[in-house]
This record gives sequence, structure tokens and C-alpha cells, in this order.
Amino acid sequence: MAVSQGAPAQPLLLRAEAGASGDRRLQALHRLLRHRGAVIGFVLLLVMILAALTAPLLTGYDPIKINPPVRNQAPGGEHWFGTDQFGRDIFTRVVYGARISLPVGFIAVGIAAVVGLALGLLAGYYGKLLDAAIMRVIDVMLAFPGILLALVVVAILGPSLVNVMIAVGISEIPRYTRLVRGSVLSAKENLYVDAARVTGVRDLAILARHILPNVIGPIVVLATLSLGTAILAAAGLSFLGLGAQPPNPEWGAMLADGRQSLGSQWWISTMPGLAIAITVLAVNMAGDGLRDVLDPRLRV
Amino acid sequence: MGQYARNRLLLTIPVLIGVSLLTFSILHLIPGDPVQMLLGDMGGGSAAGDLSEDAYNNLREQLGLDDPIPVQYLNYAANAARGDFGRSFQTNRPVRDSIVEVLPYTFQLTVVGLGFAIVLGGGLGIIAALRHNTWVDRLTMMVSLGGLAMPSFWLGFVLIQVFALRLQVLPSTGSEGIATLILPAATLGLVASGVVARLVRSTMLEVLRQEYVVTARAKGLGERVVILRHALRNALIPVVTIVGLQFGALLAGAVIVETVFARRGLGRLAVEAILRRDFPMVQGTILVAAVGYVIVNLIVDLSYAWLDPRIKYG
Repeated sequence: MAVSQGAPAQPLLLRAEAGASGDRRLQALHRLLRHRGAVIGFVLLLVMILAALTAPLLTGYDPIKINPPVRNQAPGGEHWFGTDQFGRDIFTRVVYGARISLPVGFIAVGIAAVVGLALGLLAGYYGKLLDAAIMRVIDVMLAFPGILLALVVVAILGPSLVNVMIAVGISEIPRYTRLVRGSVLSAKENLYVDAARVTGVRDLAILARHILPNVIGPIVVLATLSLGTAILAAAGLSFLGLGAQPPNPEWGAMLADGRQSLGSQWWISTMPGLAIAITVLAVNMAGDGLRDVLDPRLRV
Repeated sequence: MGQYARNRLLLTIPVLIGVSLLTFSILHLIPGDPVQMLLGDMGGGSAAGDLSEDAYNNLREQLGLDDPIPVQYLNYAANAARGDFGRSFQTNRPVRDSIVEVLPYTFQLTVVGLGFAIVLGGGLGIIAALRHNTWVDRLTMMVSLGGLAMPSFWLGFVLIQVFALRLQVLPSTGSEGIATLILPAATLGLVASGVVARLVRSTMLEVLRQEYVVTARAKGLGERVVILRHALRNALIPVVTIVGLQFGALLAGAVIVETVFARRGLGRLAVEAILRRDFPMVQGTILVAAVGYVIVNLIVDLSYAWLDPRIKYG
């Protein structure tokens, strides 16, 4: 974090502190760059994101348009990953699929993190009845294995990709709420929180300025680690026919597409499966690295 | 222990109430009118003209939808407690019958899958710990990390390709007989074994540093005896925890694996019910799965306290 040069006269102490925290961040970045697994993970993930963004430049084929003359072709020079039973280029579909599967993961994690953060802050900061009420609900949610909770949500909202995002997001909320609540409880004990309260700072400002910074690190780690879970869960639900519908090139739905021709055209289901596995592996490696660097004691 | 057991038991009551509230609310949170949906499914729409008014009201009453919501919930909970989950919108059979039919299949699948995960993951974890910081350790941890990233549905396809289609030694689909159980259970177990390997490795590493292991070595016991009698025994206690943690994952995995292998089971029943909007069936399957999960976790917590006397529970 850089301290702006033209900032109005700030107490010297505060500025020195800001500099120190900037150094700490730089150190953390250095350690992250030396973490081999994390670097591999982040680079792979970056490649995936870039591929998703530049999909039309990477391939000249259409991900959805049917092209019967070239159906069921094995991987080769013309079609790197082969073609499916409708003559669509699998490489194209996998690349365009990243445009679906990655955002689905990010949005699901976003939903879980934002709602989980809000509930965790409320429960941890205000305590008492609100805490008890929120945590009982969380306990019940935790009594469901994630996918069961997601199934409940899809059952209510109906099968669709958007609903899968919501479902996966909701099913991940409890982990965030627990993590945030724990961090808030320990952050609340800090003297500067008492000081802020005594000097009449409003609750919202205390939460935002003094509590939140303590929570961000663990949240980032959990978010990265749960991104893999979210991508897997969303692909699984689409595979079951509860999410993305054909002819969408969503990876899980593509896998289901290849089921009939498992014996003859193995590539139809193998390629999207590899894409899922590599993406999730990359995300997990990045998350493991982030945890080692930011918060080695964190067990999430 | 008695105190702990009682507290732990009491703790499951609010959870069970919450679980039943959630499944109960499914029918009330869906957009649209469940009665209309049911009539649409059964009548096909054409002959519904003059029948509809009467049929509609009858069915509404039969489903108890005219009662106040709290009364409906109490009825639902009382019926569910007796194992009555209503009738399927689709087949009009009692939901309980369908569930009872498939439950053994899911039970077999999860138990054998769990056994697979414990043997494979436990073995890998122990080897990695004994060869700590060597290439064996690193390779094992790489493989288990890869296992965590593997979509179970894809792994299932790979196993089908290799063992059912190429080698033709095992059936790819079906529910009857032991042979049909092997590939699905292996799929479930392989995915779970990554987590197990990592956990066993870290507890084993911890145990190997304990004083009693050092003492055993110091008094000249052979390495085999030290590992088998002193270290392994204590390192295995957390396996019980794994059972609890992994059971949820296995249950979730079963939902997908049953579909991959076209196997009968609770998960497949639930997914098909959702696709057909057969809500009593959805409610029943999810309630049974969740209650099973709660019970397994209860048993795990109790047996953990019983197994490890060092832990004092308040």
C-alpha cells in the first residue's frame, strides 16, 4: 500500500505504520512467489482465464453450431480435441466452456463470501440473541452435506445454470459465517476496538475500519480454496441435468453428453473432464499456497 | 462421558427440527401451486375442464393445504417421524416404499466406498509419513491433491472405459450383485482417499514425534513393532473422525456416482424426483439423507469420546 505524497499532514506514527504494513504485504507477495505450488496454480488459472477471455481468437469454430459432416472425429491436427456427435469442435467447446464454468465458480463463491461475511460479522460483533439465532440456522445448514443443500435449492428454484450458482453459493455460506464469526470474536478483543467504541465511533464504522481488516485474510484463503469446490459442485449439478442445459458448452453438461459414446468416442467426455480437473487442481494449489503464506494455522 | 453423551444427544434435536423445517418448506417455496402442478401431471390437461374444480378442492384438502402453515408443519413432522412421507406425485406410490427399496443399495455403496478410501488413503498416508520429505512423500501428496480435483463423474467414466469397455472384466452399469458394486465404490473411494491420505499422514507425523514412540525406539524395539504397535494404533484414532467427515462427502458422491453407473439408490431417486418435480419424493429422499448424516455424525462424536480417553468433555 503506497502512502500518497500529497496527503494532508498525518500523524507520523500512523504513516510509519502504513509503511510497515506495506512492507508486510510485499513480504507476503515475495513468499507467495517463492511457493512453487502457488505459482504453478496461479499461472494455470491465469492461462484458463485468458483462454476464456480470448476464446474467439483461439479458435475459428462455433461452439454450438452443428456440423454433421465432421462428427465423431478423433483428436488430430484439424480438431485438437476431436469433434462430438454433432460435429462440433471439442477444443472450441472446452475453451468457450471456461466462459461458463469459471464465472459460475466465481459468482457462487461471491454469493457465499458476501452473505457469509455479513452473517459472520453480525453474529460475532453483536453476539447474544442475534449470534444464537444466526448460528443455529448455520448449524442446521451444516447438518446437510453441501450437495444436499444445493439439491434443495435447485428443487425449489428449478433446474437452471443461474439457480445452480445460487444453490452452490448458499450451500457454502456456513463455512464463511463460522470463519468470520471466529475472527470477529478475537478481533473484538483488541484494545483499539474498545478505544474506538469509547470515543463514540459508530458500530458500522468500527466494523468496517477496525474489524473487517482482520477478517479479510482468512476470507481470501477460504474463497480461493472453496472456488475449486464450487466449480466441481456446479459441474456435477450440470452433469446431473440440473444446471446448464444442452447445447451449452458447460463442462459438466458436455461430460454428460459424451456418456452414450464412452466406448467409441472417449474424447467427448474426457476433454471437458480434464478441463475441470486441471482448473480445480490449479485453484487448490493456489489456495494451499495462499494459506501457507497468509495464515498457516488456518484449517479450512 | 455420560454428561457429554447427553449434551451431544440434546444437540441433535434442534438440528433435526431445522432439517425437517427445511424439507417441509420445499413444497411451500416452489413458485406456483403444487395442486395445479399435480393435477397437470396426472390429468394431462385435456379432460381437466369440468373435473378441475372438484378435483382441485379434493386434492387440496387431501394434501392438507387448507390448514394453517404451523398445523401443516406439525402434521408433516408427525407423519415423517412415523416414516410416512406421503405419496409420489409421479407414481402415486408411498414415498416410503420407494426409499426403503433403494436404501440398501446406497448403504452398500457408501460403506464399501468408505472402506476403499480408508484402506487406500490410510495406506498412502502412512507410507508418506514414514518416508517424510522424500520423493515418495511428495509424489503421494501430489497424487492425493490430484484426487481432490478429480470430478467423480469423470473418474467414473474413466473406470468404465478401462475396466468395462476395454478390459471387459466388470459391468459398467446395474445394481445387482457384487460385481456391479466394485466400480462405483472404487470411484467414490478414490475421490475420498485423497482427503484420508492427507489426514492420516499429518496425524502419523505427529504421533511419530511423541515421547512414547521415541521411548519404544530407545529401548531397542524393532521398527516394525514401533510402527505397528505404538504409532499406528494412535494414529488410527482420527480415522473415526474421517468416517464422519467423509460420510457427507460420500453421500454427496453417491448422488453423482449412482447416476454415472445407472445404479439404484437414494441419490438417483432424489435427482430424478427433482427433474420430474415430484416434490413429496424430493422431500422424503432429502430428509432421509440428512437424518442419516446427522445420525452418523452423532455416532462418530460419541465413539470418538469413547475411543480417546485423553479427551475430557464437559
